[in-house]
Amino acid sequence: MAMLNMAKALNLALREALAENDKAIILGQDVGYDEGVFRITEGLLKQFGEERVVDFPVAESAIIGLAIGLCVTGYTPICEMQFSGFGYHGFHQIESHATRLRNRTRGRFTCPMVIRMPYGGGIRAIEHHSESRETIWAHLPGMKVVIPSGPRNARALLRASIHDPDPVMFYEPKASYRAFREEVPDEPETMEIGKAKVVREGSDVTIISYGASMRPVLEAAEELEEDHGVDAELIDLLSLVPLDRDTINASVRKTGRCVVVHEAPKHIGPAAEVVAGIVEDSLLYLEAPIERVTGYDLVLPFFNSELPFMPDVRKVVSATQKVLSF
Amino acid sequence: MPRKKITLDNTIDSLSILDEKGKVDKKLEPKLSKDDLLKLFRAMTLARRYDERMLKLQRQGRIGTYGPALGQEAASLGPAFAIEESDWYVPSFREPAGMLYRGWPMARLMLWWGGNEIGATPLAKMNDMPISVPVASQIQYGAGIAWGLKLDGGDRVAVAFVGDGGTSEGDFHEGLNCAATFGLPLVVVIQNNHWAISLPRHKQSASKTLAQKAIAYGIDGIQTDGNDILAMVEATREAVEKARKGGGPTLIEAVTYRMGVHTTADDPTKYRKDEEVEPWKPKDPLVRFWKYISDKGVLDEAGREKMEAEITDEIAEAVQASESYEPNLMEPFDHCFAERTPALEQQRAQFEAYLNGNGNGKASGSASVSHSAVH
Ligand SMILES: Cc1ncc(C[n+]2csc(CCOP(=O)(O)OP(=O)(O)O)c2C)c(N)n1
Ligand SMILES: [Mg+2]
Repeated sequence: MAMLNMAKALNLALREALAENDKAIILGQDVGYDEGVFRITEGLLKQFGEERVVDFPVAESAIIGLAIGLCVTGYTPICEMQFSGFGYHGFHQIESHATRLRNRTRGRFTCPMVIRMPYGGGIRAIEHHSESRETIWAHLPGMKVVIPSGPRNARALLRASIHDPDPVMFYEPKASYRAFREEVPDEPETMEIGKAKVVREGSDVTIISYGASMRPVLEAAEELEEDHGVDAELIDLLSLVPLDRDTINASVRKTGRCVVVHEAPKHIGPAAEVVAGIVEDSLLYLEAPIERVTGYDLVLPFFNSELPFMPDVRKVVSATQKVLSF
Repeated sequence: MPRKKITLDNTIDSLSILDEKGKVDKKLEPKLSKDDLLKLFRAMTLARRYDERMLKLQRQGRIGTYGPALGQEAASLGPAFAIEESDWYVPSFREPAGMLYRGWPMARLMLWWGGNEIGATPLAKMNDMPISVPVASQIQYGAGIAWGLKLDGGDRVAVAFVGDGGTSEGDFHEGLNCAATFGLPLVVVIQNNHWAISLPRHKQSASKTLAQKAIAYGIDGIQTDGNDILAMVEATREAVEKARKGGGPTLIEAVTYRMGVHTTADDPTKYRKDEEVEPWKPKDPLVRFWKYISDKGVLDEAGREKMEAEITDEIAEAVQASESYEPNLMEPFDHCFAERTPALEQQRAQFEAYLNGNGNGKASGSASVSHSAVH
């Protein structure tokens, strides 16, 4: 066991992948000599060489497009988009080919690639470096969307994503890269993609979130317990596609009340899908309307004013109280 | 000095071996056996008859919209002929001649235009990508395939196709730039047929030739007479030979002409005059190649008739095979991911029930506890 932050835990997963699979290749901008702008690929070029850790020209469409060709010839590309805000330049190769090749060719060609990209606000970065657009990727048939929240699940889920036979959008909460450390097991741990985790058991209300928002949610649960005697159950979704409706249903059927939290804009966001699922499966168990704490349907303001526009402890606490007092 | 000329060491060759009268340049004539010449002639004829048949099938409502490649047979066939089976062929959408030559069952290509994924599925051993619809996007995965081949350490190459319109896409630039920078064994063939739907070549790019774009990427570029099968074979052979030795990519601009409609949904009279097409008619790749091989005594009129009769039968068989194909409507649920997600499992059950005539497949009282398996 080592105490690692998320950046180090991701680095560990990548190191393991390159060591275990000699067909695995990391490609991205500044991932080699510079070791990635967030240092996620630290030491990898040194250990594995330029053929395995490839400093790519500034061309996102080509990173994805060439990765598709690598998949066709039997390689396992692990792509890094420097920021999710620039992932859109690679969008059409993802939507046009990566997510469709298996279906188009009836399984003859597949795309077992991972596309890592850092997302989310709260790091005082310039425009295009703070948004949460997971909804876009989660809407594409053929794409899995995995979003870790802490060092241990980040390592285990990245390993699983690299092993996965289909394209996985691995959306990294960059504000959490170095926010805290956690015990990460020495043995190569892998988590099943598509399983949510109940990270705190409770009986009064279910709070569902994922990624960077798990931090304010965990804090809010403590505050709700200490200041208001509320026993909240917390679910960390960990993946949006597949979405673990079983875990959500089991919890909501127990508590009858639910709050869904994310940084992404509200309209047609992941919370909308979560709520729709609850309404379809568990409507008669509900004791109160569900509340959503999300980003606004706005471009996230430049960093000097971004924080009030993101989910925080106060928003989660008051939404939970509203659900409880219905 | 503050200002001087930078001389670039690249120039662009233009290559023509067999002219439109069927006269060959003896010095440039590639070595091809009688068998090879017959193969090429048959493949070009097959593609031409296939195209003609497809246009008829479309008019009869037996397939969907069709994009013919009439007059462009040599440009896609030459490169297919010049590479090995173990190499990769990465088409755009106007390469039926090359695709058929590479071994795509004709029925599958018919099924593609009839709206079936089986038409995008190559046979198990083929190193062939299917038809690509998003213009120029295939250059990128073509480069990726070439990258994989290079990493494999052998001497295999990939040939990818794009149209003149496609050269304006970002993917053309990104793909070529990366292939050149990484020194990948990739040959990119531009089928410059002078039109991108309604946009003529001169409105597509201010470059004098499309081949010269190679200079900017630091690779070799060559312009060929795209209606000259010998020039297409020769130019590809040179490019492939260089790529096999680690010499990196080559850009070939095959100058040809779109003799027909863009697709059957298109009406070219809105944007081009018949007179513009006229001068291209004598440049037909089949006409000159027929003259060449008949002059050489490779095939006579009787032999040609026999060949045509065989082709007629082959096409009739393919039509029949394609029309007896029934898609399995449940199959899309099997090919979204390697394993169905819970959501797809549920949607599959609903769809199956729908196909069986049971409404939306939802049990009544869907909120009841007994329906808890829904997820
Ligand atoms: C990315 C993209 N944009 C637009 C289209 C619609 N479209 C289909 S073919 C075509 C013109 C392509 O011209 P060119 O590359 O010269 O190929 P050609 O049709 O002449 O073979 C267009 C605009 C498309 N398929 N893909
Ligand atoms: Mg064109």
